[in-house]
Amino acid sequence: MKIRRFFKTILMIDFLTGLLIAIKESFRQKKTINYPFEKGSVSPRARGEHALRRYPNGEERCIACKLCEAVCPAQAITIESQERSDGSRKTTRYDIDMLKCIYCGLCEQSCPVDAIVQGPNFEFATETREELYYNKDKLLENGDRWESILAANINADSSHR
Amino acid sequence: MTEYATILFSEVLKILMLLVPVLVSVAMIVWLDRRVWAFVQKRRGPNVVGPFGLLQSLADALKYIFKEIIIPASSNKVIFILAPIITMTLALISWAVIPFSEDFVLADINVGILYLFAVSSLGVYGIIMGGWASNSKYPFLGAIRSAAQMVSYEVSIGIIIINVLLCVGSLNLSDIVKAQENVWYIIPLFPMFVIFFISALAETNRPPFDLPEAEAELVAGYQTEYSGMMYAMFWLGEYANILLMCALGSILFLGGWLSPINIFPFNVIPSPIWLILKILLLFILFALVKAIVPRYRYDQLMRLGWKVFLPLSLTWVVLTAGYLMYFDLLPGN
Repeated sequence: MKIRRFFKTILMIDFLTGLLIAIKESFRQKKTINYPFEKGSVSPRARGEHALRRYPNGEERCIACKLCEAVCPAQAITIESQERSDGSRKTTRYDIDMLKCIYCGLCEQSCPVDAIVQGPNFEFATETREELYYNKDKLLENGDRWESILAANINADSSHR
Repeated sequence: MTEYATILFSEVLKILMLLVPVLVSVAMIVWLDRRVWAFVQKRRGPNVVGPFGLLQSLADALKYIFKEIIIPASSNKVIFILAPIITMTLALISWAVIPFSEDFVLADINVGILYLFAVSSLGVYGIIMGGWASNSKYPFLGAIRSAAQMVSYEVSIGIIIINVLLCVGSLNLSDIVKAQENVWYIIPLFPMFVIFFISALAETNRPPFDLPEAEAELVAGYQTEYSGMMYAMFWLGEYANILLMCALGSILFLGGWLSPINIFPFNVIPSPIWLILKILLLFILFALVKAIVPRYRYDQLMRLGWKVFLPLSLTWVVLTAGYLMYFDLLPGN
């Protein structure tokens, strides 16, 4: 046994085996993706950038129940509401501080009308802090932009809700 | 007066013609190193800046230039600034004696290999000065380790070089290459080549002997307190040293600028290209080794250097000398 080990060391068998494996592996398919140019798949449950959705007729879904504001553990959401002229209760202000937000998804879970949701977008880095204080306009705009994907995701996950 | 000026000008031009390609290839070699490393780990490596990411190192260098140089308040400022300058200068001046072809060598001096050896021994000073002048514990410990490691492996490299010199009978690097016209020394001195390669890894602080930079224990070793261009100079010096060791390996054992077989398609290719190809081959081996080996423990490293390589290479010197004496093959007789 000892002699075997001696020859193994002298001839550097382990090292050469490792070298061969390294050369073989370096020609295999890459495990990483070319990120900014190709992207990995995103789960329908992904908790990314927030969005406020609308009904198909263009009416905002949010009824200003403030459940999301209450449940938010980071207290990132600020809501102010008023009665509209047609008697329905709507928000006048809906701010999310994306820097405070911990992306836990409780706001999405608490919402009774699927108004506030977290979409699949995770690439919303900005150059200043101010750009990450989202207001109602920004959130509604997000909702309009991602609506098709958001609806599909909620539909895909509906059996688990 | 004008004569001196023209001589000076032409010499400076010659030096620049050597140094600029060396610096550019150092940048490229860093890219190659990272790329090979990534490929072994099935990653992509730097591939965004320029074609295949070739200009990545230039982008990095540009970043380093614009970064602030921080000099610690308690450091010895003169030595602190001098250390990276010494490292890089020493790594670059050794290239003066490397022969790229029969007549393309900056300084064809008779003691070329001794000069190389002296300069690479001096390289320890840059590191130990950097570590000492930082006045901080990690650089200090890293510098001590680094100095001890480089000194111990220098010894076995020196004895391996004696093996080659016994066969050649000259200290001139061009003569060493010419002596390999018939057979490259990698064939008769193969065990010495292996030991030379491993010692070169240790000499240039490459894995598995990168103890001075063992990030888990010593942050970044002697480079810890350096930033900006001063860090980049250490980094350039390190890779220039690696390249130099590859060049030395190819000159001593792989026949330098000689083509492997002296037949038609091979002997038309200009000789510098052969040297560059051999350097690249050795460097890719360096990079592959970095990707596959774990780091040595400090006592294992010292044991390998003093108790394995030193006796082995000494024995081989006796064997080579005895063989040459017995068969009356000693050069110069």
